[in-house]
Amino acid sequence: MTVSDPGNMNEALRKRQFSRPGESVILFILTLCAAVSLVTTLLIVGVLVRESATFFEQVSFKEFFLETEWQPLFEPISFGIWELVAGTLLVTFWALVIAVPIGLAAAVYLSEYAHPNTRKVLKPILEALAGVPTVVYAYFALTFVTQDLLRPAFGADQVNVFNALSASIMLAVMILPTIASISEDAMANVPRDLREAAYGLGATRLEVTIRVVFPAALSGIIAAILLAIARVVGETMIVAIAAGSTPQLTVNPFEGVQTMTGFMLQVGLGDAARGTVDYQALFAVGMMLFLITLAFNVAAHFFVGRYREEYE
Amino acid sequence: MASESVRLRAGGAVVRRQFASRASRYLFLGATLLGVSILGFLAYDTVDTGASRLSLDFLTNYPSRFAEKAGLRPAIFGTLWLMLITIVSSIPIAIGTAIWIEEFAPRNRLLTIVKINLANLAGVPSIIYGILGLTIFVRFAGMDRSLLAGGFTLALMIIPMTVIASQEAIRQVPPSLRDGAVALGATRWQAVRHNVLPNAIPGIMTGTILSISRAVGETAALLMIGGFTFIRFDPGPNLTDFADPAGFWAGLEESFTVVPIQIYAWSIDSRREFQANAAAAIIVMMAGVMALNLLAAVIRERFRRN
Repeated sequence: MTVSDPGNMNEALRKRQFSRPGESVILFILTLCAAVSLVTTLLIVGVLVRESATFFEQVSFKEFFLETEWQPLFEPISFGIWELVAGTLLVTFWALVIAVPIGLAAAVYLSEYAHPNTRKVLKPILEALAGVPTVVYAYFALTFVTQDLLRPAFGADQVNVFNALSASIMLAVMILPTIASISEDAMANVPRDLREAAYGLGATRLEVTIRVVFPAALSGIIAAILLAIARVVGETMIVAIAAGSTPQLTVNPFEGVQTMTGFMLQVGLGDAARGTVDYQALFAVGMMLFLITLAFNVAAHFFVGRYREEYE
Repeated sequence: MASESVRLRAGGAVVRRQFASRASRYLFLGATLLGVSILGFLAYDTVDTGASRLSLDFLTNYPSRFAEKAGLRPAIFGTLWLMLITIVSSIPIAIGTAIWIEEFAPRNRLLTIVKINLANLAGVPSIIYGILGLTIFVRFAGMDRSLLAGGFTLALMIIPMTVIASQEAIRQVPPSLRDGAVALGATRWQAVRHNVLPNAIPGIMTGTILSISRAVGETAALLMIGGFTFIRFDPGPNLTDFADPAGFWAGLEESFTVVPIQIYAWSIDSRREFQANAAAAIIVMMAGVMALNLLAAVIRERFRRN
């Protein structure tokens, strides 16, 4: 019970707070500031719920969740969300296939193999990838990855100008630092005793890494991957520019797909008239996107909390 | 002969295990270098494509149908004004929130809710902030597709991460400083104002600058609120408007474009020669983003030495 804990300081200073009239004004202003973030959440939820409700007055839940055709602009009009969800799933899947092995290998190297000085140089460079605006990655997906890499490698007749794989490759670059950096933190936090015990029993560095450090850091690694998924699912520019705008159910990454975010941007750009069904579809899809990213973020925080509990 | 008899030699399985362990180092190193070299390669490719288009004219020209004549002028004006609005409207609120959480908030469930809420808001996709801005600022508040609507939208987007960074900075201040002030009879706010904040400012600035650098590159949210327009004037108040509040305000209500949106527009242009423009614009934007990151790093290092 020291004074340095602000919680107790509150009690200690309760009387003094009112001895200066300005003090309660300041407290009021600060409380208002803190209220802004709560209001932001309420507004996001409020806007999404209200406009989606109007959407679902015109389009039934059954159509939204059971139809497989997403065709909001041409006859026959159909609002089956699965084509957009499938597009998102396809780009997310390939992004993870690329980024998870590379990201984890980089995390293992930085945490278990690298000299501290090497680590000090390499980690910030890797993390700099997270600071690059995603529109830059989108430009590369469309130009370098599609034009110079995929089409020459697999044939222009095989690879669409707009294809899911080019988006996935740049999404993988985008989430590489998230996966590598958070996993590295988790591995570096594994207590030294565990490693020493394994070495004492004659394990090699690779065995210690795979059989001791990796399982011990698993919660943190899962959290890193969940956060990365949330970022990929919510990313707009890369998929909107590189993956195209053809909603379809396909598992072929060389074809173009439309994701949930891609559709939302299309409506935003198309200047759809307020009150029309396709304008309100923006909010219904936005609601789906909000719930999916929220679920992954909440799950990630749960796993982060778990690994802290185990070893701290 | 004698020396050979005492040399220890691992055999069979042990040799294989040690070899696998040594080899794995190069595998993991390779993965790390792959990630690091992507950054270098992207930088090289951009400069290779875009450097020839970089010139003073490129910065001062308006967009054009001809790639060689097209320039970034309105986009640069738009980005600068938008950042000004974003900074002015978000930073005080973010720092105020951080101070409230760390120094004033009652330790109860409300605080837990505020903290969880901030963590979740930081993870909300930027396009959702875009439709929030579209509904609240553009439509409901009647700001139309203006600089103000864009700046406020970006402000809501960066407040959560700025708060989290500022909290971190405030927590780094040794409690003894606060305790000392309080022991000498300072009120809570006096202790915060004169002892905590001055020591937390470098950390707060670092976090704030990094948030701003995120806002500089933000594209999706601004496209949602209608920043995708062909603009042939300088968005924002002109020099003559500074003396006249009404004119200044009218300038903030002008429509706009920003550098990342111009990059988007040139990237999706089917004419190949516009790709060089996109690359050149990326060089300009990354120069700005990197300057901000460098500034943040310099402030952080200065602070650490003291």
